[in-house]
Amino acid sequence: MKEILIILINAILIENFVLAKFLGICPFLGVSKKLDSAVGMSGAVIFVMVISSAITHAIYTYLLVPNGLEYLQTIIFILIIATFVQIVEIVLKKYVPALHSALGVYLPLITTNCAVLGVTVLNIDKGFGFFEAVINSLGAGLGFMLALVLFAGVRSRLEDSKIPKSFQGLPITLIAASLVSLSFMGFAGVVEGLFG
Amino acid sequence: MSKMQAFLNGIWKENPVLVLVLGTCPTLALTSQAINGIGMGLAATFVLVGSNVVISMLRNIIPEDVRLPAYIVIIASFVTIVQQVIKAYSPSLDQALGLYIPLIVVNCIILARAEMFANKNGVVASALDGLGMGIGFTLVLLVMGSIRELIGAGTVFGITITANMIDPMTILIMTPGGFFVFGCLIALANKINSRKGKKVKTDFSCETCPSAEICGGGNTSSEEAE
Repeated sequence: MKEILIILINAILIENFVLAKFLGICPFLGVSKKLDSAVGMSGAVIFVMVISSAITHAIYTYLLVPNGLEYLQTIIFILIIATFVQIVEIVLKKYVPALHSALGVYLPLITTNCAVLGVTVLNIDKGFGFFEAVINSLGAGLGFMLALVLFAGVRSRLEDSKIPKSFQGLPITLIAASLVSLSFMGFAGVVEGLFG
Repeated sequence: MSKMQAFLNGIWKENPVLVLVLGTCPTLALTSQAINGIGMGLAATFVLVGSNVVISMLRNIIPEDVRLPAYIVIIASFVTIVQQVIKAYSPSLDQALGLYIPLIVVNCIILARAEMFANKNGVVASALDGLGMGIGFTLVLLVMGSIRELIGAGTVFGITITANMIDPMTILIMTPGGFFVFGCLIALANKINSRKGKKVKTDFSCETCPSAEICGGGNTSSEEAE
């Protein structure tokens, strides 16, 4: 139980995918303008991350390693993610239209979201077992959601402020992101504090 | 468009990082040292040129409906080659770039160029476009890496420059520094471009992203097109 909590807290706060590892920056900057789209996008990301981590981990352990095909990791993983996203979209559209209208628009964006491929590769690199890998992906997804939701709040404040012309738009957004990530650095050592 | 122009476009006018704002993840993550920036830039350039050439050669064969999966497989193959070569000949670079080498697959610069350029143009033009974009990407990484390393650690390429005279501001080689320096560089590019009388894109969202066509852009209206 303790290990699971450590992995979870580590993935959400300390090694936050967006603010500490720079993964998934495009959706972080692209869809954090409004709160509801931030929540929708991160919901879709969490879902795809957890399931595709489970699939890729199983395929890596039971198919690639026994056959000495580890070098195919990158190709296989991205194909699994792309296929999975496509299948989810088709299934949701047909059977759960309500969920599709909520998450559907964000699904195609996810294939090219490096956070998803990143978490599947990271699970292998860190030598996680199946269960740990799923927990780590869940934490990474939740961390992504936390960053997006927090940043949506920061950005709504930015809209009213007077900003020098050259800094309008993306530059000031990046500088705001820099301050948010600065505050996340404060979480370093929180695991040692809680469990140490 | 002349071939020369295809090459030069990527370096400033349509610089993939500063103007098109693609490939932000490696730009932010791998510029804490100038040397990492160069390594990443060269690796991505190789993949970009290779995939542009192959996709351009196959542009009349790949069926329209499955072009994206086909592009992804081609790009992933080149990434695997790069990954193996770096692992074999430069383990230290492999260590430094780590997770970000396999992530070149989802670097949107490469997919965007495949979709926007290579599947419409000839092999030579596509190769030059890939090379120009790659050099543009590498240059930005180099400049940003040098700035962050110089101010954050007082060195450039590991050579001590100001470290003995001024206390380095370590925050710049950490995560917040990445966002900060990138923001300042884009502001600078905007300033230069607007002084030249060019229209500067102030809005940044998935709808205006150049690769929106590929991934759907999070846009409800284009999504239900069928």
